Amino acid sequence: MLGKTAGGLFWMYRYLERAENTARLADAGFRIALTRSDHADDEWASIIDTASARAAFLEAGGKFDGPSVINFLLRDPANPSSVISVIEAARNNARLVRTALTREVWEAVNETWITLKSELARPVRETDLPDVLTRIRNQSALVRGATVGTMLRNDIYNFARIGTFIERADNIARILDVKYYVLLPSVQLVGSTLDNVQWETILRAASAERSFRWLYGGETRPLTIADFLILDRRMPRSLLYCIRKIAGNLGHLCSDYSVRRPSLDHVLALRDELEDLTIDQIMERGLHEFLTRFIQSNNALAGHVEEDFRFNR
Amino acid sequence: MGETPTFFNEMDGGGERPRPPYARYGDWFAGEPTERLRRKAREAETFFRRTGITFNVYGAADADERLIPFDIVPRIISAKEWSKLTRGIEQRVRAINAFLSDIYHRQEILRAGRVPVELIENNDAFLPKMLGVSPPGGVYTHIVGVDLVRTSENEFFVLEDNARTPSGVSYMLENRETMLQMFPELFTKIRVRPVSDYPKMLRRSLSACAPPACKGRPVVAVLTPGIHNSAYYEHAFLADQMGAELVEGHDLRVVDGRIAMRTTLGYTPIDVLYRRVDDDYLDPLNFRADSFLGVPGIFDVYRSGGITIANAPGTGIADDKAIYSYMPDIVQFYTGEKPILKNVPTWRCSEASSLAYVLDHLAELVVKEVHGSGGYGMLVGPAASKKELEAFRAKLVAKPANYIAQPTLALSTVPILTRAGLAPRHVDLRPFVLMSPDGIEITPGGLTRVALKKGSLVVNSSQGGGTKDTWVLED
Repeated sequence: MLGKTAGGLFWMYRYLERAENTARLADAGFRIALTRSDHADDEWASIIDTASARAAFLEAGGKFDGPSVINFLLRDPANPSSVISVIEAARNNARLVRTALTREVWEAVNETWITLKSELARPVRETDLPDVLTRIRNQSALVRGATVGTMLRNDIYNFARIGTFIERADNIARILDVKYYVLLPSVQLVGSTLDNVQWETILRAASAERSFRWLYGGETRPLTIADFLILDRRMPRSLLYCIRKIAGNLGHLCSDYSVRRPSLDHVLALRDELEDLTIDQIMERGLHEFLTRFIQSNNALAGHVEEDFRFNR
Repeated sequence: MGETPTFFNEMDGGGERPRPPYARYGDWFAGEPTERLRRKAREAETFFRRTGITFNVYGAADADERLIPFDIVPRIISAKEWSKLTRGIEQRVRAINAFLSDIYHRQEILRAGRVPVELIENNDAFLPKMLGVSPPGGVYTHIVGVDLVRTSENEFFVLEDNARTPSGVSYMLENRETMLQMFPELFTKIRVRPVSDYPKMLRRSLSACAPPACKGRPVVAVLTPGIHNSAYYEHAFLADQMGAELVEGHDLRVVDGRIAMRTTLGYTPIDVLYRRVDDDYLDPLNFRADSFLGVPGIFDVYRSGGITIANAPGTGIADDKAIYSYMPDIVQFYTGEKPILKNVPTWRCSEASSLAYVLDHLAELVVKEVHGSGGYGMLVGPAASKKELEAFRAKLVAKPANYIAQPTLALSTVPILTRAGLAPRHVDLRPFVLMSPDGIEITPGGLTRVALKKGSLVVNSSQGGGTKDTWVLED
C-alpha cells in the first residue's frame, strides 16, 4: 500500500471520529441548557474548552451562549474542527484513498458529506437541533457499519482503526481533563446540583451514561466515573479500551508486514502501564498530570505511526 | 438562405415506427407512464451524486463539483452497424500506431512526401526526444478514443482521434451500471452486449506491454495530477476497478534505475504507468521544469526500458487537428487499404486558397483551433452572431496556421426525455480502443455525448452536454 494511502485512511477515520465526538459534545451542552438553565453559560464555556477551541471561538467573536457555541461547533467553516469542516476533510481524504475503500464505505462518506452540507448550510435553530444531531450520529453509524461490514481485515482496515482510536482516546482524555476537578476525590462534597450536572455532561459526551447506569445503577461517585472512562476494558470509549485496540491493530499490521516498529513498542508500553494502574494510583499521582501525560503520549504515538509507515516521506 | 437541414433521427429514421435496433425499446417505452420515467430520471441523478461521479469545470467561478447530466433513453447500435464500425476503427488505430512508430524512427511517410515535413517539425505535439525510442511491445497508443458522428443511415465520420489520454470511459461504465439498476427489466427483454469487462481488459492490455526490466507479474499504477483534476473521479475509478495503485508524482522517484512508489514499507518498483498527466508535465528534468505533477528522471528510465508509459510520450502528433486532414493518406500508406471510416473534409487555413475559402464561407463552417480540445476556442458558424463571426475572422487572419475548418455536419439525433416527452438532440460517439502486442480490443459501446440544448451541435460536457448509455445489440 502507498504511504500516502495509509496516511489518507488514518486521517479520514480520525476526522470521522472527531465529527461524532463534537456532535456528542454539542448534545451534552444542549441537554444541560435545557434542564439546568442557571448554569448554562458556564457549561457552554467549558464545552468550548473541551473542543480545545477557546482562542478560535473568541477570535470569531463568539459569546458563550447556546446558539453561538452550537453553530461554532457544528457549522462554522472558520473552525477547523467544526463538524462540517472535519466531514469535508474526511471526504477529501476518502477521495484521495478511494481505491482503498469499498463502494459501500465511499458512498456512505460521500452521502454523509452531501447530507450534512445541506443540513448545516444555514444556522441551526433550536427546534431543529435534536434532528440535526441525530442525523450526524446516524451518518457516523452508517459509515462505521459500512466499514466494519464490508472492509477486508488487512492493512487498510488496520490504518483506519488506528486513526479512529487515536482520535477517540484524544477526545475522551480532553473531555476528562477539562472536567478533572469535579472528578477529584477532594471535592467529593457529594450531591451538590452542580456536580451532578458536570458528571452528567462527562458521561453524555462520552456516550456512556446508559452503560454506566447499567453497571453502577444509581451510584454516581466521581471516582467510579473516572475509573469507568479511563480503565474499563468493556467500555468502547475508555482510554484503556482505545489503547488496547490500537495495540491490537498495530500488532496485526506489524505481523502482516513482518516488521517491528517503534510505534508498536510505544503502544505496548502505554498499554502495559495503563493495565497496571488503579484509579486510586492515578488520583494519588494527580489526575490532571496523568491526563496531560496521556494526551502527549497518544500524540507521540500518532507521530510514530506516521513515520513508521511513511505517510509523508 | 438554404433549406433547413434535415437530421437523421437514429430512433425513428424520420418514419412512424422505430428503426429495427430501437423496435423493442420503442415497444417498452410506449407502455411506460411518462411520470414513472421522469421519476427514474431523478433517481439517476441521486445515484450519480451518491456515487460521486462528478467533474470540476475549469474556469468556473465556484469550485463546486458538478454532475454531467445523464439522459435515460439509450443510444442503440445494431450488431451489423457495430461490426462495420469496429473494422474501421481497428484499421484506423493500427495506422495511427504505425504512423507514430514511423515518425519517431525512419520517417518514411515524410520521405514519400505524403505528409509535409514542416507539419511535423514545427509542431508542438512532436516530441524530438522520442526519436529512436522504441516503446515496449512497439505500442504507442495503448488507449485510443475515436470520436465518431453519424449523418445518415449508413454514413459515419471520424470527427477526431484521441491518442493522448482519452477520457470518459468511467461514464461508459457507470451509465450502464445506472441503467442496470433502474431498468433491469429492459436487459432481460433486450440482449445488450456488456461493457463491464473494460477494466479487466485494460489491465491485461497494459500488463502485456510490460518493460524489459519487469520481473514476474507486472505492477500497474495510474498516475493522476490529484484530487483537484477535473477527471480525478475517473482516475480513481479505473485504478480501483483494475486493482492498480493510484499514484501522484510525489509518491514516485527513481530508485536503482526504476520508477518506484513509496509504500508503507519503502519503495517498490512500478512496471507500467498509465499516466493521466500530459507529456509536458511528465518529467521536470526533461520537459517543463516547473511541473510538480511528474517524476524527475522518468523519461530517462523510460528510454532505458525501466518502465512502460501509457500512452507513450509524443502520441499527440497523431491526433493533432492539422494532421487529421492527412488521416486518409496515413491509413492508406500503412495498411495498403482504403480507409473504411470517412474523414470530415477539412480546410487547412495555413494554405492560402483554403483560408480564402474559409473566410468567404465562415457563417457555414465549423472552425477549430489546431491544438484545442474540449470544445474551447471553437466557432460554430451557423450558430454564431455577426459579432462573434467578425471577432473570429480577425483571429483567423492573424494566425491562420492555428486553425482548420470543416463543413457543419448534419449530426444525427437521438431522443432525450424532456418535460414535454421525447425530443431529438444531436449526439456523437466515442468508442474506447485498447492496443497491446496481442491485438486490438474494442469495447462494444462507448460514450455517447448529447447536446441537451435544442439545435445545439456542441456535445462537450464543459459546454453543457450530457451523456447516454450506449447499447450495442447482440446478433
